[in-house]
Amino acid sequence: MRRREFLTLSAASVGGVLVYSLDRKVSRLSGQTGQSIRIPLRFFSQSEALIIAAAASRIFPSDEAGPGAREAGVVVYIDRQLAGPWGRDLHRYTQEPFEENAPAEFGYQGKATPQQIYRRGLKDLAGLDRLAPAEQDQKLKQIETTLFFSLLRQNTIEGMFSDPIHGGNADMVGWQLIGFPGPRMSNYDDVDKHFGEAFRPKPVSLREASGRKVRPSEDLE
Amino acid sequence: MKTLPSVDVLIVGGGWTGLLMAKELGSRTSLSVVVLERGQPRRTDDYGGDMDELDYAVRLRMMQNAAQETVTLRHNPGERALPLRQFAGFLPGAGVGGAGEHWNGVFPRMLSDCFTLLSSTIEKYGAAKLPEDHSIQDWGVTYDELEPYYTRAELLLGISGKAGNLRGKQIEGGNIFEGWRSAEYPTPPTKIPCFSALFREAAKSLGYHPYPTPAANASQTYTNPDGIARPGCTYCGFCERFGCMIGAKAQPTNTLLPVIQKRKNISIRTGAQVRRIVHDTTGSKGKVRGVHYIDASGQEFLQPAELVFLASWTLNNTRLLLLSKIGEAYDPATNHGTVGRNLTHQVNFPAATLFFDQPLNRFMGSGASGITMSDFNGDVFDHSGLPFLRGGTLFALSNGNRPIANFGVLPPSESSKWGSAWKNKALHYYDRTGRITFEAEHLAYKSNYMDLDPTYKDYWGDPLLRLTLDWRENERRTAEFGTAKGMEIARAMGANEIAPFSGLRSYDATRYQSTHIQGGTIMGTTPERSVLNPYLQHWQISNLFVLGASSFPQNSASNPTPTILAQTYRTADAIAERYLKNPAPLA
Repeated sequence: MRRREFLTLSAASVGGVLVYSLDRKVSRLSGQTGQSIRIPLRFFSQSEALIIAAAASRIFPSDEAGPGAREAGVVVYIDRQLAGPWGRDLHRYTQEPFEENAPAEFGYQGKATPQQIYRRGLKDLAGLDRLAPAEQDQKLKQIETTLFFSLLRQNTIEGMFSDPIHGGNADMVGWQLIGFPGPRMSNYDDVDKHFGEAFRPKPVSLREASGRKVRPSEDLE
Repeated sequence: MKTLPSVDVLIVGGGWTGLLMAKELGSRTSLSVVVLERGQPRRTDDYGGDMDELDYAVRLRMMQNAAQETVTLRHNPGERALPLRQFAGFLPGAGVGGAGEHWNGVFPRMLSDCFTLLSSTIEKYGAAKLPEDHSIQDWGVTYDELEPYYTRAELLLGISGKAGNLRGKQIEGGNIFEGWRSAEYPTPPTKIPCFSALFREAAKSLGYHPYPTPAANASQTYTNPDGIARPGCTYCGFCERFGCMIGAKAQPTNTLLPVIQKRKNISIRTGAQVRRIVHDTTGSKGKVRGVHYIDASGQEFLQPAELVFLASWTLNNTRLLLLSKIGEAYDPATNHGTVGRNLTHQVNFPAATLFFDQPLNRFMGSGASGITMSDFNGDVFDHSGLPFLRGGTLFALSNGNRPIANFGVLPPSESSKWGSAWKNKALHYYDRTGRITFEAEHLAYKSNYMDLDPTYKDYWGDPLLRLTLDWRENERRTAEFGTAKGMEIARAMGANEIAPFSGLRSYDATRYQSTHIQGGTIMGTTPERSVLNPYLQHWQISNLFVLGASSFPQNSASNPTPTILAQTYRTADAIAERYLKNPAPLA
């Protein structure tokens, strides 16, 4: 049993209560309170989590266009995915022989699991969270073509836009950014209207829409 | 191995075809019917909490688990095949309802001449026009023979659409190129969202004949001839890769299961992995005795049966015949043998990706709400001066634009992949991007086929199925033609930037194309070149039938479900009316 690790962040830097408004203008209420949030980690150590959080927030930065990976809690999402069946390759065919250099149209043929790919990739990013943004970008550019970086980029997008039950997209901040309303049960009255104009209903999460507690796959196995 | 009491009818696979056959034979006769399904049980109300893009559309929760069983792939017989370690290019379903649970619900009939492709093409263009290495065949059944069964399938599912050819009379606004129909669609077309409406107007302005895509996502409340009612669609945008949370999309679990559950003579066993068909064969004649399967706890059973149906999807139907050594495996070197031949995968790609100035509200829609045109399908247009045979449909579906799959699609003028510049462009284009799809025929070739892999095994130690598959010049030329036509319409839709498809190169198993993979146990007019007779009955083994698109000699540009349901109905009629009185070859 590994030592329990927590990610300690200020409420200003991850999650927090977000106030919804139209067209990407999102503000955080608890940002000023200075309270800390302690999030139990399932796969990363705290120092690994800080590196991944820093990298994800350069891939999907918080900027004048709106919040990013930091506010959405992308690192929490990635931590849970890596600890779950996806991170351990429980649904991937893993029988030998492996052909590591297969042409791209056969898909990933390597032996390493997502957990192993992240652990190796983290070695190249040691100390990333303590660098200035421009230096962080330079370091990420050096690994841009690696499998680890493409997983990290894909997982960052997933953590921005998956349902909040998976640990990212805190307060549906990602959905608010793009005007996606989540699992909205009926668009019957609107689907053939609003041509040429943005129709942006208030997002709902799966738990709100279905009225039941839904267990994500990473909590099942 | 434990031997169970014998049953009258045993069906391997609990998807559309297996459950339709179970419903038909189980309610028209008092025969005992057992369905063996390797996946989990399902109920209609299972789907209340499944509108989760990550678990369902990305992690593929409803699909076959590749860790236990997948297929291997190579491009030609000289290569070593590699396993598809994750499904991506096509998505085999698992569990009761199979792929019929997570489909989009697009429901077109095939063009009339698809069923006589070889003879029609030779008659019109001469044999010299056929590609070298082709193995195109006639089906042994005609459109006219299937028409009443297409109509029954449309009534069963309550298909929404508009007829374009009622008993030979062309009707503007429907698909005027379709084969004749004996009846209008059971329900009116679905609502048409913004992006699809733009496509319709552009296609019309160019003189084409766009029509509402036929949809199994009912446009209004519908009660079918079995008395099964479904609500109308609410256009939530969660069809493809999801079960319908309100049951508006026709699925085996909301269309067939309610009838089956009322019949005491039909039972479904889940978690039952069939490993072999048990048979006595001497020479070219024989009889199937039942199947050998393993349950979820690892216990093995012999289930004897009088009549056996394979209804376990294209790849598994073929694999079970090969593993059970039923019939002669196809050999491309000699062109002898039949099991595994004529593997095809429908050509399907975004002919044009359009980037607009205005938002499109693309989260709203259903799996089949959209507009299709058939002006360049099949032989609707003359090929005399063209460097290829056949064609495909162009369509603009509004089937729910979900963010993980669609965020970050940028015009070719943008090169950034991450960081602030990328984020800003991706936010702008997220709801301003649409695709025109080209879905085209895939001809059959002598060296596209299936056999058993010599290296890789499944969880239980049986060899995986090996696909030998690649595109040929005919598909590449057709793709170039479809791309040009898609671009022409895209320009008329008012986009400010348009990206064409980059072209078909070698077969790519990582790009989702469709789950319309076909062949391997094909039907035909002669046992030398096909596995099944025109009633889907094994040529040599009269008490074995094989249902589904594994019977298709080549791939049309239509989605396969209407045709597999029509064929299953026709076989059910032949069995109920003829075979049960005299269990002999039906053809």
